[in-house]
Amino acid sequence: MSTPATPIWEVFIRSRSGLAHRHVGSVHAADATLALQAARDVYTRRGEGLSIWVVPSNAIIASDPADKEMMFEPTASKIYRHPTFYDIPDDVGHM
Amino acid sequence: MATTSVAVPDTPLIRLALARADDALVLGHRLSEWTGHAPTLEEDLALANIALDLIGQARSLYALAGEDCGLDEDALAYRRDERAYRNLLLVEQPNGDFARTIVRQFLYAAFIDAWWQAMTASCEPRLAAIAGKAEKETAYHLRHSAEWLIRLGDGTAESHRRAQAALDALFPFAAEMFEPVTAAAFDVAPASLREGWDRQVDAVLATAGLTRPAAPWSHSGGRAGRHTEHLGHLLSEMQYLQRVHPGATW
Repeated sequence: MSTPATPIWEVFIRSRSGLAHRHVGSVHAADATLALQAARDVYTRRGEGLSIWVVPSNAIIASDPADKEMMFEPTASKIYRHPTFYDIPDDVGHM
Repeated sequence: MATTSVAVPDTPLIRLALARADDALVLGHRLSEWTGHAPTLEEDLALANIALDLIGQARSLYALAGEDCGLDEDALAYRRDERAYRNLLLVEQPNGDFARTIVRQFLYAAFIDAWWQAMTASCEPRLAAIAGKAEKETAYHLRHSAEWLIRLGDGTAESHRRAQAALDALFPFAAEMFEPVTAAAFDVAPASLREGWDRQVDAVLATAGLTRPAAPWSHSGGRAGRHTEHLGHLLSEMQYLQRVHPGATW
């Protein structure tokens, strides 16, 4: 009898100081509850987090690496999109 | 023949601290035996985490016992022999398969988490302080083992068979948890937690589709130093370094 592969879950953790959850890695788990436990046990051993999200890896829609020229290269020539062409008055201070 | 055990005075506080410390250390050591051998990387870390929680609890309790008898944690852990150990027979039972380890953890966690919770109100402030920290750890041990037991019981025919076999083998060791350790006012009588434990265990077993064994008889003797054949082997490995190089540090 073949055993079905254990699903993979992507793990996101919000750190003590962080505002947003950040992707930290993945775990294998049979279901969502065990995935949360595994994420806790694998990725929060050193006080890294205050909140965990787990998402089934197959729920993530990824861009195709073969499309990367079409998707990302056109931006390379548009340096004017970077906000570096403005003089900021000293009075504004640190932005 | 020279004794290989340090002499420890017997006061209610020392007796309680040692019994609970030995429970935690022996079970922690057992779980540490899984390191590098668990069924998945995730569970390898999970079991090691629980082991470290338990060894931390043992250290706090040995330190407490040591305050009252002038021995340090290492002397209490490494320089008492098998007959001087006061742990429950349940926690010294071998890891067996993953189901056996999970059942052992679940039966113990369902008891000890309630005990630590109650001990947070102990009139001995040093015990109450340890309880405050330990209870958060054991609450997770209980959740972790209960969730796994449900999945093993309600999983495949193979996992169900192994989980039921583990229950049948370990249930006769459960009653020892409810024996009194001391009659002191700062202690919580284990018998007072029996009803809650029964309810919790029955609820999880029902969800898991497992049958509670009748267990018409039970093993006992750990609190008096009468252990199963397994503890001596565990201690010979755990204590080896300090026995061969007394006082060694790193």
